Amino acid sequence: MKLIILNDYDQVGEWAAKYIRNKILRFNPGPDRFFILGLPTGGTPLGCYKKLIEFYKKGEISFKYVKTFNMDEYVGIPRDHPESYHSFMWNNLFKHIDIKSENTHILDGNAANLVEECDSFEEEIKAAGGIDLFVGGIGPDGHIAFNEPGSSLLSRTRVKTLAQDTILANARFFDGDLSKVPTMALTVGVATAMDAREVMILITGVHKAFALYKAIEEGVNHMWTVSAFQQHPQTVFVCDEDATLELRVKTVKYFQGMMHVHNKLVDPLPPN
Amino acid sequence: MPTNKSVSKAPITQFVNCRILRDHKLQREDLWVREGRILDPEKLFFDEEGYADQRVDCEGLIIAPGFIDVQINGGYGIDFSQATSNVRGGVALVAKKILEHGVTSFLPTLVTSPPNIYHKVGTTSTPVLSTCPFQICKPHPPGLALQAGCHLEGPFISLEKKGAHPEQYLRSFQSGGMLDLIETYGTLDNVAMVTLAPELPNSEKVVRELAQRGITVSLGHSVANLSQAEEAVQNGASFITHLFNAMLPFHHRDPGIVGLLTSDQVPQDRTVFYGMIADGIHTNSAALRIAHRAHPTGLVLVTDAITAMGLPPGRHTLGQQVIEIQGLHAYVAGTKTLSGSIATMDMCVRHFKQASGCSVEQALEAASLHPAQLLGITRCKGTLDYGADADLVLLDDAINVRATYIAGQEVWRK
Repeated sequence: MKLIILNDYDQVGEWAAKYIRNKILRFNPGPDRFFILGLPTGGTPLGCYKKLIEFYKKGEISFKYVKTFNMDEYVGIPRDHPESYHSFMWNNLFKHIDIKSENTHILDGNAANLVEECDSFEEEIKAAGGIDLFVGGIGPDGHIAFNEPGSSLLSRTRVKTLAQDTILANARFFDGDLSKVPTMALTVGVATAMDAREVMILITGVHKAFALYKAIEEGVNHMWTVSAFQQHPQTVFVCDEDATLELRVKTVKYFQGMMHVHNKLVDPLPPN
Repeated sequence: MPTNKSVSKAPITQFVNCRILRDHKLQREDLWVREGRILDPEKLFFDEEGYADQRVDCEGLIIAPGFIDVQINGGYGIDFSQATSNVRGGVALVAKKILEHGVTSFLPTLVTSPPNIYHKVGTTSTPVLSTCPFQICKPHPPGLALQAGCHLEGPFISLEKKGAHPEQYLRSFQSGGMLDLIETYGTLDNVAMVTLAPELPNSEKVVRELAQRGITVSLGHSVANLSQAEEAVQNGASFITHLFNAMLPFHHRDPGIVGLLTSDQVPQDRTVFYGMIADGIHTNSAALRIAHRAHPTGLVLVTDAITAMGLPPGRHTLGQQVIEIQGLHAYVAGTKTLSGSIATMDMCVRHFKQASGCSVEQALEAASLHPAQLLGITRCKGTLDYGADADLVLLDDAINVRATYIAGQEVWRK
């Protein structure tokens, strides 16, 4: 893995956005070769999305030939609910860029048959040719998407019941009323994300530090599902200093020492 | 660009680079319009996989809902209370010119007149559109502000507070109420609002009946005390015609109609709105501030504009009168007697903001949201909510009107 350690939340968002931009530009997508992006929701990627919108507005990047697959969506809340992940993606990314609706894919938490919805999502990813870059975050309990502790590391897109911790953490988005928080969600599986050709995980804040430690310094464990990416050949973890607080000094110094090499990945590409 | 929408093939316009008035705040958001209505772009994106056919660059301007003037007696030489040979043409002329002031809906107002005027003018001045709030939401004549029904100011008003109304045509409810109304007005079909004095005997039944029919009852030109005014509100009255003018002044032991602004007898689920002529002349700024601070959500800006509004400075003969226009003042020629208001609605919004120190949002809402709430037409007018009619006014930060749109079509540009 590459561990990119930056000073703060804003720097993480900017680095990640530049990385995505460069990946898309190098790929050089066109009408018959789309760049397939896996995307997360939540507080962590917001800074990254803001920067991507900035790059689009400056003309540095276009999403015309980019397809997106979101990781998850709540079950049972209306699609236009302000807390649905459809609303999140629309308000924080889609409405500001030139992506076509038919190229975006978000699981439908109100589908008549949830299992079929999950299966067809897997089919759509396959039909698109697989995911080129899967961007994700990490929960305080080490989950990737809604693959809560105990999720099989070979899982695929499916319906999940949310852990109590997650429901409590989400209550703040539902007026603090626990009865309003969805208890189930559709989520890509750990294996679904592992199938991507490259994975980038964003981690910021002290409250994620322990999960990051478990994910990269301990063993592969279904209780900390992000640890599965230790077995992926191309993973980048982008974090701020606060998130490294539970790591060994040796780990941090090692990767900080490589920043001058890793930063080359986000330098502006030569025009051609 | 080929349409790709599954719900409708009608073209979609996206207003970009603008700040829109929504949820009482100016927000940096695009505004989407299709088939004359405000469109929900998120639904368009996810349900129809649609996108805009054309973009309008607003260059950083403010987009507010079109202004609604519920008290306007005429303008540009047209007097709505005159039975001319071309009443409809006159009203249509005003309906076109006030677009320049950002007004997209209005109530042509008739002052106290003899019955034959009501019978002739009242029924012909407004086109077929009924005042039933749901029918207002139908598309209206292109390129003109919507005439959302008449405002009949009088003749059932107080003698002492008649103001400039002709004394000989004042009336009372001597036949018991509604009979007097029908006798005088002929029909109530195109009536959106009636101003009356609630202290007149038998007014209670009239207020109740009008309110039940969905006609806004306004108190004005009256010497009612606070109890009489409160009783009228409980019977259904919901508006005060040009607050402070033509009513008893505020007195600390009986605030009169003005006391409605802070009355505790107003039913919980109802709001009493009040019209303000904020031209800097008809109401002292301090009085304006007192009213605004006492009851900010009820303030409705009105022009109460007369025939001379919109005419250039100098002398003009209007009907039986000669008027002299100097700046924002219209005098009876050769005197210093004010003969009415000639401020335009956008002037009133600017003056109101400056005099009251309120926010841009509050000033704009006093001319759009509040009158729509008063008339009960917020489903399609007075807001930029999804589904509302796309009657828009584009303004700069100094609240100067730069462009006006009706049903999403540009009808005036500076």
